[in-house]
Amino acid sequence: MIHALILAAALSTAPAFVIEHPSLTHPGEEAVAAYAQSPANAGAAPFDGGAMWTAFHRQAGVNRVVDELVDLSLADPRIADIFRSHDMARLRRTLKEQFCFLLNGGCDYSGRDMKAAHKDLGLQNTDFNLLVEHLQTAMDHEKIGFRAQNRFLARLAPMQRTTVER
Amino acid sequence: MGELRLALLCAILLTSAHTVHAKDLRAGGKLLLTGGVSNVEGAGGGGIASWALITGYETRDGIGGNLHATRLTLPDYKFTTYGTAVGLYDRLELSYARQDFDTQGTGAKLGLGSGFTFHQDVLGAKLRVLGDAVYDQDSWRPQVAVGVQVKQADHGAVIGLLGGKHDQGVDWYVAASKVLLNESLVLNGAMRATKANQTGLLGFGGPGNDSYQPQFEGSAALLVTRRLAIGVEYRTKPSNLGLKEDDWMDIFAAFAISKNLSVTAAYADLGQIATFRGQRGLYLSLQAGF
Repeated sequence: MIHALILAAALSTAPAFVIEHPSLTHPGEEAVAAYAQSPANAGAAPFDGGAMWTAFHRQAGVNRVVDELVDLSLADPRIADIFRSHDMARLRRTLKEQFCFLLNGGCDYSGRDMKAAHKDLGLQNTDFNLLVEHLQTAMDHEKIGFRAQNRFLARLAPMQRTTVER
Repeated sequence: MGELRLALLCAILLTSAHTVHAKDLRAGGKLLLTGGVSNVEGAGGGGIASWALITGYETRDGIGGNLHATRLTLPDYKFTTYGTAVGLYDRLELSYARQDFDTQGTGAKLGLGSGFTFHQDVLGAKLRVLGDAVYDQDSWRPQVAVGVQVKQADHGAVIGLLGGKHDQGVDWYVAASKVLLNESLVLNGAMRATKANQTGLLGFGGPGNDSYQPQFEGSAALLVTRRLAIGVEYRTKPSNLGLKEDDWMDIFAAFAISKNLSVTAAYADLGQIATFRGQRGLYLSLQAGF
């Protein structure tokens, strides 16, 4: 957070910096410290073919799933504090990018890698699993088939190792 | 009972080692059904097979536990088990189960008296040694656990008449479990070293054999919904008493009503038991826990 504030202060006097880091140009989002962008940051390889993208009802479906996932998480007192003081606009955008990328929907993921994105959040397995449960609820509401849900969760599950710190 | 003391000592050491880290203790947190249900020996698993999963809904940051009761109604017998288990930090499972094997009217035909009931107490400990069945979706590496079960049957004199050498025995097993989320499958395999006759209800060892023999337990389950898994199980058993002891098998459905209550229904085939063939029937189990 402090880094972000320092960077924001620096940016106010050096606008050229923004052009070198396109992720900082998203309207409605706070500035973040510079980082190297890479598809590898998404934390898993995308699926082949278009079946998963179709199963998730393409971009509109992914948008609904991510928005409900975030809404449910913010409404859950067991994990809501984790998101406090985080940029929700950026979280929703990067999650939608990441889901789209993994589901082979043709998006680039512009966010940080999973380790950096969850650094110092102090996540426990319970937090990770609660997020999974909210994702399952959101996918149920989107009427995504259970087998497709599990295939997607199989891509996300190993991220426990990089996101859960204690 | 030396093995049991060792297991309990390990439990206490592990528990204290964990508390040193002063993590935030949190109950619950495991995903639905990923603690397994309670098998007939009280361990987290399927109905008759052993799984490597640690019972309860705790994660590595907490403690979980449950109670269970199971009734298996067979043509000539009634098999009831009930017990309790705790899961510590998703690492160690300690369990106790009491088995009642009621011979009903069959007891008279066997010369034991109508309603003669064999009992067995099973104390179990299971330690997860490597892998995570759920998170490790990017590798074939399963979750592996080692377990011990100390079993005490009653009616030692009757067991002796049947040819059983002991009324107490210790089983050792190693189990591997893997959730294949890509296929919505759960696969389990276990090797058990045992001398037990009908899991120990009819004692241990016999005229045919009184040494440990490796036996296999396997199960496969399909995840149908978040709450429902259906599957098959198979368990081989030694035949020490010369009574043509059969392998056990079943088809089952496990349903999580909530994270506090699950019900498992199965159709089980226990084969021949004490000369009575075709012991097939409905298995019904309730588990309540956290």
